[in-house]
Amino acid sequence: MIDDLREDAFVNGTDFIAILPHIIIAVTSVAVMLMIAVRRNHPATMLLTVAGEIAAFISLPYILPLAPHQTTSLLITDRYSLFFAGLLIAAAFAVTLLSYGYLERRGEEKEEFYLLLLLATLGALVLSSGTHFVSFFLGLEILSVSLYIMIAYMGTAIKPLEAGLKYLILAGTSSAFLLFGMALVYAETGKMDFVGIAGAATEPDPLVLAGFALIISGLGFKLAIVPFHMWTPDVYQGAPAPVSAFVATVSKGAVFSLLFRYFVQTNATEQHPLFIVLTVVSIASMAAGNILALLQNNLKRLLAYSSIANLGYLLVAYLANPAVAVPASSFYLVAYFISILTAFGVISMMSPSDGDAEDLQEYQGLFWRKPWLAAALSASMFSLAGIPLTAGFIGKFYLIAAGIGSARWLLVIVLVVTSAIGLFYYLRTIVTLYSPPAPMAEPVAPVAVPAVSWTSGCVIAGLMILLIWLGVYPTSILHLIQSAAL
Amino acid sequence: MIVVILIAVLFIAGLIAWGTGHRSPSAARWISLAAVLFDFVYTIVFWTRHYRGLASTFFLFTPTGPRGSLNAPWLANVDWAWIPSLGIRFHMAIDGLSLPLLALTFFLGIAGVVISWKEITERVGFFHFNLLFILAGITGVFASLDLFLFYFFWEIMLVPMYFLIGIWGHERRNYAALKFFIFTQAASLFLLIAILALYFIHQQNTGVFTFEYLALMHTQVAGPVAVWLMLGFFIAFAVKLPMIPFHPWLPDAHTEAPTAGSVILAGLLLKTGGYGIIRFVIPLFPGPSREFAPIAIALGVAGILYGAVLAFAQVDLKRLVAYTSISHLGFVLMGAFAWNELALQGALMEMLCHGISTGALFMLVGALQERIHTRDTRRMGGLWSVMPRMGGIGMVFVLASLGLPGLGNFVAEFLVLLGTYSVSPTAAILGAIGLIFAMVYSLAIMQRAFHGPRVEEARFPDLSLREMAIFAAMVAVIVWLGWYPQPVFGTVLPAIRNLAFLAAGG
Repeated sequence: MIDDLREDAFVNGTDFIAILPHIIIAVTSVAVMLMIAVRRNHPATMLLTVAGEIAAFISLPYILPLAPHQTTSLLITDRYSLFFAGLLIAAAFAVTLLSYGYLERRGEEKEEFYLLLLLATLGALVLSSGTHFVSFFLGLEILSVSLYIMIAYMGTAIKPLEAGLKYLILAGTSSAFLLFGMALVYAETGKMDFVGIAGAATEPDPLVLAGFALIISGLGFKLAIVPFHMWTPDVYQGAPAPVSAFVATVSKGAVFSLLFRYFVQTNATEQHPLFIVLTVVSIASMAAGNILALLQNNLKRLLAYSSIANLGYLLVAYLANPAVAVPASSFYLVAYFISILTAFGVISMMSPSDGDAEDLQEYQGLFWRKPWLAAALSASMFSLAGIPLTAGFIGKFYLIAAGIGSARWLLVIVLVVTSAIGLFYYLRTIVTLYSPPAPMAEPVAPVAVPAVSWTSGCVIAGLMILLIWLGVYPTSILHLIQSAAL
Repeated sequence: MIVVILIAVLFIAGLIAWGTGHRSPSAARWISLAAVLFDFVYTIVFWTRHYRGLASTFFLFTPTGPRGSLNAPWLANVDWAWIPSLGIRFHMAIDGLSLPLLALTFFLGIAGVVISWKEITERVGFFHFNLLFILAGITGVFASLDLFLFYFFWEIMLVPMYFLIGIWGHERRNYAALKFFIFTQAASLFLLIAILALYFIHQQNTGVFTFEYLALMHTQVAGPVAVWLMLGFFIAFAVKLPMIPFHPWLPDAHTEAPTAGSVILAGLLLKTGGYGIIRFVIPLFPGPSREFAPIAIALGVAGILYGAVLAFAQVDLKRLVAYTSISHLGFVLMGAFAWNELALQGALMEMLCHGISTGALFMLVGALQERIHTRDTRRMGGLWSVMPRMGGIGMVFVLASLGLPGLGNFVAEFLVLLGTYSVSPTAAILGAIGLIFAMVYSLAIMQRAFHGPRVEEARFPDLSLREMAIFAAMVAVIVWLGWYPQPVFGTVLPAIRNLAFLAAGG
């Protein structure tokens, strides 16, 4: 490892520019910390965070001419990583604004939340540009450690604490698996950078395979794919809605982007046993996610199962030919990000100050009370279900196209059948929104009165426009995605 | 441009209706009515303007050179780039096959708006938005020539239909709406797979990514694969049609839907299935379709008889009419797969006439339910004396449904049987027996509801002027189609010949 780093330990100015988004986010997090130390001010902290995120986002096009550029052997800046950086920062931006409205109504110490959010985003960025086991692990840990606290941020209630603890223990275990896997691969190949591993492990070696399998189980936990999915519903349910959104989007997206790079660069999918393992995992995720969601009455748990299924869909593209796999899964991720963020955005706006509006009953007849929130939630559900005029339709279309183009018939058939099953619970949610409002007779479950904060409102409106825009005219983003291939 | 205008008018009017529905329900109704009327008149004007050209020459287009340089046989054509990186174009066109169906779409659209005038009193704006949105989707289905675009519209029309049943439906609406959606959506995912597979096979053969109908038509597909692809297309359309054994969604959806929903379901949504078979399944896969034809015809015959028998056994009047649809659409399936000029003209005619006659029957049942608050035939009887106008109108459409000469359905069923006879006499004979069954259940409707002793002594208002106006228009059309169907045939025949020509390998 020491040898690895020494070769290109010299870092020049270009290297700094190439990792500018990381630097901006890191600097912003320090600034937020200092600001909190001087004076607590919730709106100002939020604005500073947002400014940092916008600055990082704006820096992306300026870095583009540098791509591809390797900064030490740890980080790479190429079109792929820049695309994901943009996606992750944009999602973090949306979560920041959603959190503002959410936190404004509860809790005393709100400001540190943004610090954690920025650090988690930094971890995600490192993951999406990582090309080395060290950056891989560091990014993952920065992300996870921040998430432990974010999940349990509403520490006065019991559920977030439970969720945080669960996540802490399981994430710790999975990191141990991951490290062990890395150690095995390193022991056998003597390399820690992805390209080096690909060069060293040309023929299937039991130890390397075992290492890969352990790495997959470590990553599988983060992605919440079957059989590493058990924690998802509990954590989604327990965590504050914006944090659940973050876990479902930024955390998973970053890990997925790394997984993709890792396996494309190490040619791991060509190793047959792993291919079979991932096929089984993908099928199991699609089936389990959709079937377990069927009878959920808790919207957050429902979305958790839905996200398990969605990651299963993504793996279908992942197992296709790399040429089509990258654009297909990138587009699907974009669609999935928007849909999930919209859904959790609505949940966080619907939530009263003493908990989260998660019971489907609380949404009954929402359309007749808050038509725009209901419309946003239905758009998100339609998108997750893959109905036209939403981004999810083009996304699913693209996935199926990738699967068929690579002749992955079994996966495609399972995708189609499980999607049909999945329709049931998405439609059930939508029907709830449009059915007559619940009679007010039961004082036990009061109908949530959403306090519309302008930030959350703007985010949801923006997401909804994007959701439909990408569903009607995806050409704009498709160009971007197709140029971002690995 | 006409197609784009037709869809845009419906969509924009739908949005306006939604917006104004809160403040003024009647404004929403008038706006919707104006939009469908505009579309209807526009289509009719377009039709008459092109009819002279259509009727004088049977061959609308002639091959002017080697394959690939065919003049596109479209009366109106819009072809824009949409998602170029995937080879997806916004290609819509009208030919003689889609034109009558478009006219039917807007005609029943008018009927749907008019019949809901009094029935729908809650969330009027959103109701009309959904209604117009479905019509826009159906218009798109009938006019799309890019397979991706077709699938897009195919899926789009489901969502508002789902809302229509789920929000304004009767007692078991949620169950029916869900069943409808899952049946059709699951089937259309197979359509999606088949479309994509065809797309990739075409790309492998030619190196071009395209969803263009005419281009994909000449794709060389290996034997067994072609059969699977054909089945992928077929299953989506067969569920919509519905062909047995894929029909269980239909009785529930029709029964639980509000009147306008039933009219559009029976009159239009089912037709998209028949249209799909004629437009896509057979021309894209002529070989496998020919092999599959005996099975399809057999299933069509089975549907005719099965639907008729089950219809007779129903006590719920709406359910009864729903089962007659299964029976009638069996003729469409039979005619389509017989694949000759007579049978195809018959199939198309059946789609039009069934749309009008069954639409009218559903409207009658709806009007009846509004007055006597039941659809149970055991609680009806002797209604003629109370509502003679309704009885008279009912009689006309019941007779149409049983295939009385002089009304459109007779022409259609006669042609289908004639065309099928040359392919399979057995199927034609069995299908003709279905006509006798039709007589039985149709007269049973009259018998149970309008004749016999009065069950409940109460007075109800007869059909209002608004209702009479729309029923009169429907009677006029069905009589016109029965006596002088030539304009329809003159429009359809060139298109059918073109299709047959293209399917035979151009």
